[in-house]
Amino acid sequence: MESTEQIQKDLEQKIPAVKLQLERDAFLVDRKDLIAVARFLKENESYKMDYVSCVTGVDYKEYLECVYHLYSMEKKHGPIVLKVRATKEDAKIPSLTPTYRGAEYQEREAYDMIGIIFEGHPDLRRILMWDGFAHYPLRKDYVPEDQDILDK
Amino acid sequence: MFVIWLLVISRTEMDKPETTLDTQMLEVNIGPQHPSTHGVFRMNVTLDGETVVRLKPAMGYLHRNHEKIAEGASYLASMPFTDRLDYICSMTNNLAYAIAVEKLAGIEVPERAQYIRVIMAELTRLVNHTLLVGFLLNDLGAFFTPTLYAFREREKILDLFEATSGARMMCNYMRFGGVKADLHPGFMEKLKEIVENYPRFLDEFEKLLTENEILMSRCQHVGILPKHLAVDASATGPLLRASGVDYDIRKVDGYSIYPRFKFRVPLGSVGDVYDRYYVRILEMRESIKILEQAMKEIPPGEFISKQGATGAKSPRTFRPPKGDAYGRIESPKGELGFYLVSDGTPNPYRYHVRPPSFINLTILEDMCLGCKVADAIIILGSVDIVLGEVDR
Repeated sequence: MESTEQIQKDLEQKIPAVKLQLERDAFLVDRKDLIAVARFLKENESYKMDYVSCVTGVDYKEYLECVYHLYSMEKKHGPIVLKVRATKEDAKIPSLTPTYRGAEYQEREAYDMIGIIFEGHPDLRRILMWDGFAHYPLRKDYVPEDQDILDK
Repeated sequence: MFVIWLLVISRTEMDKPETTLDTQMLEVNIGPQHPSTHGVFRMNVTLDGETVVRLKPAMGYLHRNHEKIAEGASYLASMPFTDRLDYICSMTNNLAYAIAVEKLAGIEVPERAQYIRVIMAELTRLVNHTLLVGFLLNDLGAFFTPTLYAFREREKILDLFEATSGARMMCNYMRFGGVKADLHPGFMEKLKEIVENYPRFLDEFEKLLTENEILMSRCQHVGILPKHLAVDASATGPLLRASGVDYDIRKVDGYSIYPRFKFRVPLGSVGDVYDRYYVRILEMRESIKILEQAMKEIPPGEFISKQGATGAKSPRTFRPPKGDAYGRIESPKGELGFYLVSDGTPNPYRYHVRPPSFINLTILEDMCLGCKVADAIIILGSVDIVLGEVDR
């Protein structure tokens, strides 16, 4: 696998109008470019990143971040890490489930825990918490309910 | 033979199949309390007669937000909690977490500790696969005879775990930069006994099962998972390899000292339940080979690095530099990964588990469509889930 700088150059050359930012070993992708970048990485012969290993969200207080770890099962290399940012007020990120089936439950979990809304997800429901739970427990501003009060 | 305990029948608005008889779809909840769901797990199944036309897994009954709890504890304090994820394979959970933290903080692991870790991980693989085969037979209707054979062998390994770490199942044995304690004096003799006797047990097990006609007719060509779908849906572990995809993280990443050992990766050809059963049997035989080599080569020396030992003594002083890391291993169930974000404080800023059994459930519906209810049960059994890990 080439160095991250080379991959960045390659991606910016081959996908029209895509700008990537390098953050350590990860690529910071604008959310409108995410699907194009993922599709390119999946289908391009020299990358063939056919396997999305880990999808998760992180709450960095000022913004929410979604992290994708892509590997290739065919070429046995990786990872390429994609990071996408969105504000809390407009926490919408395009879903990768139509591109990678394996993202389905992981995106549902990230929605459930962090509150990122994945646009284009076929079945975006809560997966671990119950339906009707109003909060996102892994956000940093989540206040757990008072354990001394018996509500209902 | 097969009983559905919780039966919820409701009229559905779905299209009626083309038939002259007046029929309707049946919506059934299998679980959450049912022995064949391997824990508190529910499958919402729509049936046409006895055929599955829709299946939606529902989970979260055992959810305790492990990730949130870990954010409020020091790095080391989460180690015993990882035991409770997949409570059958606590050693590999420890290993995956230790590898992720070592990657984050840049800690070296001494030679002897690496060998001890590999021995423990491969013993765990034996435990998990033996038990899974036993439970799979349970799902097939062979109630508890194969499971008890499996438990007998498992107990010998758990005795060894208990003597080394102090606990049978909740081992809490790995530390960042090594392991908690050195192997006890009688360990190697006991291990040798297990390694020598295990192939004999597997032969006996296989004689009863592998060419058993009932097992073959129930398992072959049931729940076929095509290669491309397995890759696309991020299936890992024996489930993926039974479909014929050569992807074993021990080989691909070569973490720890796995590149030193000679072993082969068993692959299936059809991708049905039978292949998943047989891949696991073969994987156990390969694990025994790794154990034999590790036993011969294990060097004397330190069991934990200096940096690791200081960190283990005073966990609140252990502060990895700012940044994030993703560490992954080939756990018996598939790819177990930990994604950690550090902000330079003693607690992780974000702690995420990538659980193999949770993600392997993504394609459960595709495997079950068109099968009978009884087949759906064994397909779920062959995926190999533990609800402690699915729900976290």
